[in-house]
Amino acid sequence: MSAPETPMLELRGVRKAFGDKVVLDGVDIPVARGRSLVIIGGSGQGKSVTIKIAIGLMAPDAGQVFVDGQDTSQIRSAADRAAHNARFGMLFQGAALFDSLTIWENVAFRLINADKVPRKEARERAVEALSRVGLPASVANLYPIELSGGMQKRAGLARAVVAAPQIIFFDEPTTGLDPINADVINDLIVEQVKRLGCTAVSITHDMASARKIGDEIAMLHKGRIVWRGPAADIDRSGNAYVDQFVNGRADGPIKVEV
Amino acid sequence: MNPVQAVGRSTLGLLRTAGSVAIFAGRGVAASVSAPWFGGQMARQVVAIGYLSLPVVGLTAVFTGAALALNIYTGGGRFNAEQIMPQIVALGITRELGPVLAALMLAGRVSAAIAAEIGAMRATEQIDALHTLSTDPFRYLVAPRLIAAVLTLPLLTAVADTIGVAGGFLVATQTLGFSGPLYVQNTWNFLTSWDIQSGLIKAAVFGFIVALMGAYHGYNASGGARGVGRATTHAVVSAAILVFAADYILTSLFTAK
Ligand SMILES: Nc1ncnc2c1ncn2[C@@H]1O[C@H](COP(=O)(O)OP(=O)(O)OP(=O)(O)O)[C@@H](O)[C@H]1O
Ligand SMILES: [Mg+2]
Repeated sequence: MSAPETPMLELRGVRKAFGDKVVLDGVDIPVARGRSLVIIGGSGQGKSVTIKIAIGLMAPDAGQVFVDGQDTSQIRSAADRAAHNARFGMLFQGAALFDSLTIWENVAFRLINADKVPRKEARERAVEALSRVGLPASVANLYPIELSGGMQKRAGLARAVVAAPQIIFFDEPTTGLDPINADVINDLIVEQVKRLGCTAVSITHDMASARKIGDEIAMLHKGRIVWRGPAADIDRSGNAYVDQFVNGRADGPIKVEV
Repeated sequence: MNPVQAVGRSTLGLLRTAGSVAIFAGRGVAASVSAPWFGGQMARQVVAIGYLSLPVVGLTAVFTGAALALNIYTGGGRFNAEQIMPQIVALGITRELGPVLAALMLAGRVSAAIAAEIGAMRATEQIDALHTLSTDPFRYLVAPRLIAAVLTLPLLTAVADTIGVAGGFLVATQTLGFSGPLYVQNTWNFLTSWDIQSGLIKAAVFGFIVALMGAYHGYNASGGARGVGRATTHAVVSAAILVFAADYILTSLFTAK
C-alpha cells in the first residue's frame, strides 16, 4: 500500500451563507486525481454554489479549497492566478456561450485572449475540438443563437476541453435536453474526460446521467454531504435520503419546502 | 419602523451603494490604465458608443441651438441687446448645453445598452464563463466601455458644439435677419479656447459616469430578465442624475477662478 495520494481537488470544511440563509454548512469533498465525482441533490441545496466555490468564482465564508495540495486562497500574484485558472474547464448549465462571438471564437476564447495563440492556429484547434464533440466545421462561423440547445452544449463542452484542463466541472450538463441528446452529451463527457485523463466534478438531478458519468456519487442535503460512495452502489446505499432522491419519491426524510 | 430608523437605514444603504460604486470604479480604472488591453473590444465600443451616437447628438444639438437662439433673441430684446445673441448662444452651447445634452443622450442610449448587455451576460453566466476562461471581466467588458466613452464623448461634444452653433446661425440668418459672416465673426472673436476646453473636460467626466453606471448596474444585475430590466432603468436614471450633479460641481470649479 502506498501512502494516500494528495487529492487533485479538495473542499475542506466549506461554509457559505447568504444573509442568514446557510447554504453550505461544513462540506468536505476530496476528489482523487483522474476520478469523476457526481454531486446530486435537490434544487436549491447549494450544488451550484459548491462548484462556484471550487472554481474560485465565489469565496467561502469558512473552509478551504485545495487544488493539487495547494490552498487556493494563498494564491497572490496575477500570474499564479492565471496559471491556476488554466487548470480548470467548465461547462455551464446554459452553455454560457458569448453571443457576440462566433462558435469558433467561443471555443478558442481562452486560446486567443489568455494564451495569446495566433488566431489562425486557435481557429484550427477550435475546429478540431468541435469535431471531437461531433460538430462539423460548418458551425464554426455561426453564432450561438443559430444553434439548438444540444449543439450549444456541445460547443460549450468543446470550449471547456480545448485547452486540455486538469480539472473539469459540469453544471447540470443534461438539463433541458431530450433523453437522446442528453445521452449523447453524457457519452461525450465520458469520452473527453477519459481522453484528457482529467479529474471531473459534475452536478446533476438526472440519475441516468449521474450513473453514466460518475465513478462516485455524493449527495448534498441541507448544507452537508449526507452520503458518498461508488456510482455502482447508488441503489444499495442504505441511506434514506439517497433512496428517496434516486427513486424520486415525494415521501421520505427530504421535505420539499414550499 | 420609526422615522429615525427609516432615515438611518436609507442613509446606510446609500453609503453602502456609494462604497460599492467607488470600489467598482477603482477596479474599472485600474483595468483601463494597465495592460493587457482588448483592442478589438475597444474598437467595437468606440463605434457603438461614439459613432452610432452621432445622429441623436447632432439632432439634439441643432434643435437646441436653434431654440436657444430664439429665446436669447427674445430675452435680449427686452433690454435692446438682441445683437449679443450669437455670443450668448455660443457660450451656452460650448460650456453647458453641448456636453450636458450629449451626455444625456448617451445616458439614454449607451448606459441602457451597456447595462442590458452586461446584465444579460451576468444572467446567463457569461461573466462567470469569462472568469473560467482566465479573462478578467473588468479588462474584457468594463475597461473598453469606460475608455471608449471617455474618449468619444468629448468628440461628440465637439460635434454638438459645432452643430448647435450652426442651429443658432440658421435661425439667426433665416428668420431673424442677422448677417451670416457677421454672426460667424462675432461668435469666433468672442469664444475663448477655455470655453471650449472646459466643455470638453466636462464631457470626458460625463463619459466616464455614463459608462460606469451602465457597467456597474449590469455587472451587479440579479434575478433574471426582471433584474436586467431593473439594472437598465437604474443605469439611465443614476447616470442622468450624476451627470447633472457633476455638471454643477465642475461648473462651480471652472467659474471660481
Ligand atoms: N449569489 C447569491 N446570492 C444570494 N443567494 C444565492 C446566491 N447564489 C445562490 N444563492 C442561494 O443559495 C441556494 C443554493 O443555490 P444553488 O444555485 O447552489 O442551488 P442548486 O443546488 O444548484 O439548485 P438547482 O438544482 O436549482 O440549480 C439557493 O437558495 C440560492 O437562492
Ligand atoms: Mg444549480
